[in-house]
Amino acid sequence: MDLMTILSTVVSTTLIYSAPLIFTSIGGSFSEHSGIVNVGLEGIMVIGAFSSIVFSLFMSKTFGWITPWIGLFVGGIIGTLFSLIHAVATINWRTDHIISGTVLNLMAPALGIYLTKLIFDGKGQTGFISQPLASSKIPFLSKIPIIGKIFFENTSIVAYIGILVSIFSWWLLKYTRFGLRLRSVGEHPEAADSVGISVYFYRYCGVLISGFLGGIGGAIMAESITLNFSGTTIAGQGFMSLAAMIFGKWNPIGAMGAAVFFGFAQSLAIIGKYIPIIAKIPNYWFTIAPYLITIIVLVAFVGKSQAPAADGSTFVKSK
Amino acid sequence: MRIKKVRLGGISVPLISIFLGLVVGAIIMLLSGFNPLINYLNLFSGALGTPNAIGEVFRSATPLILTALGFSIANSAGFFNVGLSGQALAGWLASVWFALAFPHLPGFILLPGSIIMGALAGAFWSGIAGFLRAYFGTSEVITTIMLNYISLYGTNAIVKGVLTSSDADSTPLVPIQARLRTPFLEKLTGNSTFHWGIVISFFMVFVIWWLMKKTTLGFEIRSVGMNEDAARYAGMSTKKTIISSMLLSGALAGLGGAMEGLGNFQNIFVNTSLPDIGFDGMSVSLLATGNPIGIIFSALLFGILKIGGLNISISSNTPSEIVNIVIASVIFFVGANYIIQYLISKMKISHKSAKLISNSTKGGHK
Amino acid sequence: MKQEQTNHNYAIEMKNLTKKFGNFVANDRISMKIKSGEIHGLLGENGAGKTTLMNMLSGILKPSSGQILVNGKEVHLNSAKDATNLGIGMVHQHFMLVQNFTVLENIMLGIENTSLFGILNRQEAKRKIVNLSKKYGLKLDLNAKIEDVSVGMQQRVEIIKVLYRNADILIFDEPTAVLTPQEVDELLETLKLLASEGKAIILISHKLKELKAVANKTTIIRRGKVIDTVDMKNTSPEVLAEMMVGRKINFQRERKSVKTGKAVLKITNLKVINEQKIVKVHDLNLTIHAGEIVGLAGIDGNGQSELVKALTGLKPIENGKVLINDKDLTGASPRKITHNGVGHIPEDRQRFGLILQMNLVENASLQVYNQPPYSHGLFLEPKAMVKMTKEILSDYDVRYSDLSENVGALSGGNQQKLIIARELSRNPSLLIAVNPTRGLDVGAVEFIHSQILKAREMGNAILLISYELEEVQQLSDRIAVIHDGTIVGQAKNEDLTESEIGLLMAGEKLENKEEVIHAH
Repeated sequence: MDLMTILSTVVSTTLIYSAPLIFTSIGGSFSEHSGIVNVGLEGIMVIGAFSSIVFSLFMSKTFGWITPWIGLFVGGIIGTLFSLIHAVATINWRTDHIISGTVLNLMAPALGIYLTKLIFDGKGQTGFISQPLASSKIPFLSKIPIIGKIFFENTSIVAYIGILVSIFSWWLLKYTRFGLRLRSVGEHPEAADSVGISVYFYRYCGVLISGFLGGIGGAIMAESITLNFSGTTIAGQGFMSLAAMIFGKWNPIGAMGAAVFFGFAQSLAIIGKYIPIIAKIPNYWFTIAPYLITIIVLVAFVGKSQAPAADGSTFVKSK
Repeated sequence: MRIKKVRLGGISVPLISIFLGLVVGAIIMLLSGFNPLINYLNLFSGALGTPNAIGEVFRSATPLILTALGFSIANSAGFFNVGLSGQALAGWLASVWFALAFPHLPGFILLPGSIIMGALAGAFWSGIAGFLRAYFGTSEVITTIMLNYISLYGTNAIVKGVLTSSDADSTPLVPIQARLRTPFLEKLTGNSTFHWGIVISFFMVFVIWWLMKKTTLGFEIRSVGMNEDAARYAGMSTKKTIISSMLLSGALAGLGGAMEGLGNFQNIFVNTSLPDIGFDGMSVSLLATGNPIGIIFSALLFGILKIGGLNISISSNTPSEIVNIVIASVIFFVGANYIIQYLISKMKISHKSAKLISNSTKGGHK
Repeated sequence: MKQEQTNHNYAIEMKNLTKKFGNFVANDRISMKIKSGEIHGLLGENGAGKTTLMNMLSGILKPSSGQILVNGKEVHLNSAKDATNLGIGMVHQHFMLVQNFTVLENIMLGIENTSLFGILNRQEAKRKIVNLSKKYGLKLDLNAKIEDVSVGMQQRVEIIKVLYRNADILIFDEPTAVLTPQEVDELLETLKLLASEGKAIILISHKLKELKAVANKTTIIRRGKVIDTVDMKNTSPEVLAEMMVGRKINFQRERKSVKTGKAVLKITNLKVINEQKIVKVHDLNLTIHAGEIVGLAGIDGNGQSELVKALTGLKPIENGKVLINDKDLTGASPRKITHNGVGHIPEDRQRFGLILQMNLVENASLQVYNQPPYSHGLFLEPKAMVKMTKEILSDYDVRYSDLSENVGALSGGNQQKLIIARELSRNPSLLIAVNPTRGLDVGAVEFIHSQILKAREMGNAILLISYELEEVQQLSDRIAVIHDGTIVGQAKNEDLTESEIGLLMAGEKLENKEEVIHAH
């Protein structure tokens, strides 16, 4: 392979593998900014993947090429509904956030495979979708010399959308009333309550947004990478998104950057053997790399103080 | 007001949670057109109906008791050890590796040696998280999750690259003298996979109970878990306590893994996902509210659900995953114990006032 | 406007307000009336029900029964927002400020000016705030984050926050607890200014002097009930105090003369940094002798916590030396320091002093569980622990129902007495007491003060750190003032006036007093 091909392959696989993480990790930062720790992102992704695949399998005849895009939306909506469990448990029922998140992670694959078996005559995995979220070129931008070929030809549009979503989310959190209030309930819920802000409402918003984006993330995984649903469709991507969010210091843009970095590590595991310098490194190092790097980064760069001050606690309004 | 940690206690919450979990499962079965009563009957008869089934239930509870003890001891010290599955996998690998490496050693050395290696590997794996938490304040929730995946992919690489000759997916069985399964037990339980590990599990229950209640280390672990600042103020070394509780926790999880390696499977193979005994152990411990004796019952219940669940899908079209849905729901309700306790207290009050009313009406009749 | 004011007399009126928590009656038929332009004091002990009452006025709590009238009309407050809309604003004792938001963001939070799509319009808010800040002389740095500004400014932020919401009825909950005497004076001036603008002000306090200085009237409550409402012009502080507590009390502490002995604690050139590597204590020198109480006065956050943590082994020492009974204990572990005769009544008893979910025996044994007779090797000896616990609890008058009950079930006073029992029963040659009476009622305060004085009479050295200047003045033989991490002056108690201490606390230099404050 020539340099150009290698570069454009690295970029496109990086983007393809980072897209699910980008959306999910941004979702995580909304939840945590509102004060709710969400280790259930993995489960949310599972549900998103499941629902979007089922939608695609049944509706691709009706909707044609647009099916996977609607599928992402369906994954998001079902993810939102699923995250409602976490919201009710942590916000109203005072459940420990980690326990509740773990329940999502236990429930999602069980429910996903149960329903798969129910719908597909006892089979533990679905068939493959006919209309995947394929790579394509971005008009105009792909015409730019060199850069266009590397970045915008045969690439993952949804990853670019994710990058835009991360910038929008950062702006939303920083410059709007909604963002200010959402952050205030995660930092000091009593203060927010004392100026008449509904802590419960904004915490629900945070969790449900994470459900929506996490569901989309899971759907992207299924619609563009695995192309079906089974028990191993989502294998740690939710946790990796959580790590990306922390790596990115709870900032949506930072989370996106970390997600792209993890996607890069994953892409090396796939195309590493074509790149002369690293071809000799055994594959499993690339598989392990994101997890190892997360630990190192956590230890070396991220202090405890970065998380929102009231993250992980339950607010109880006095009556 | 903010609440950070909710402590559990009492037996009514677990019992109600089990009941509600079964109700959720029943509703889902009803909605999908299955008969929940018949399925539950099949579940329990499938788990308890034959000596073989009972043997399988105990076998399945054996590692869960150990991983649950591991979760509970870390949780007492205020750590959420989500890394049990990775630690168990490390223990599984180490026990099998050791047994395969010294096939000529006599059983009385090889078997304990393999078991101890399993415990040490688990302890090492969790010790990393304990060390990072103690000295760098790194959240153990994140590090143990990451270590889980490193353990998964690392173990797979070792199985393929080191333990097998030609990139195979599973190792040969461990030498006979390193196995926990014996012909005697197989005969006793109609050829089940029941093995001697259950004795180790029960013994560890006693050890952990004694450690937590009767020793200075147990006192330190509980103090640090309930209030790290006050423990430090009182002169306890929180770093030492954190690391020792995480080491113990991982050692127990590693033991749980060794039970799989030397008992259940008698070898190790490439896993596509993390072993269930990790998160199931956490669930077992949460259901037992961390109580060592409770963990025995809770692990046996999980064994019944898991083994009986297989029977559901044999005798009907119901997918056996319904059992995992029930388990997840049970843990959901255990976690939401506040709302359960709240409802119980409400019911008690209305019960009391009902009594008062009936008493006063009685009085009226006189 | 004028006509409206003649229609009714009172800006806010409470009629028979009652609040029950379960069986506990926190407020029992409380009635109060406050006119516009009036500063109305609310006096009561800790736990008398002042904060509960004010939380009902600010919409945070709902009354069990009774009425609230604003400008003569009955109102029902279901949320903080309702109260705000009716012009009621509260300056909380524990500031309700988001630490990593800017001053501006904190003020606008909840009533943000926005343009299209909910985008924050900071400029408009800024203009309004600058006007308010000029009008009332309350200086603010709008773009600074709360975590970086002084406590005094944080309080100004709270006041502006209330004014920004156009409040006409302002409630101040113990506003002076964290201020220097000079800052207190400034605040009281602000209160007068606000009253002269026609605002109705409720000033919650247990400091008689402040109420005497600014309040027109004061309502005294005790155990949730109104004792009386008095005109401040013709009421003496002594009468007020008696009404507050229900008996004659003596605020003077009797310090018997004790011959001071050798130096017990000797700190030289101490330097301590915090987690963010910021220097919190530097060049600190202090010596305390046997039989002497040294009171450390200072505003919260000037290095007191770090000093105590460094002395007790909870924080590493960057530089300098700590000698206790001539033994070098610089950077020793908490356990070693404890074993060398140091007792510590920590700043936050529920966070550092006790494990609330553990029982009395376990809490009493927290420091000694690992030595005989309370354990042998790995094994605990519960019997010995129980025996010791029983003894010290009865010696120090801790009221409890059962030894196996969790400490969290004890009252605040009894929790503190348990700590005192545990620490003093070891007869420490150095006692470090930080805010030993914070949040306690007068009876418990008297008991604890007497125990501290007793320890002094027994020839122990005591370092008393308190944010209540009054407490420092009552108990100390010598007063040292800490500012910005170092001791800026110290002298015999009787050689320093309150205002001099206040100036030192604020970091000012004292003219003509150089010899006095360094003469030791």
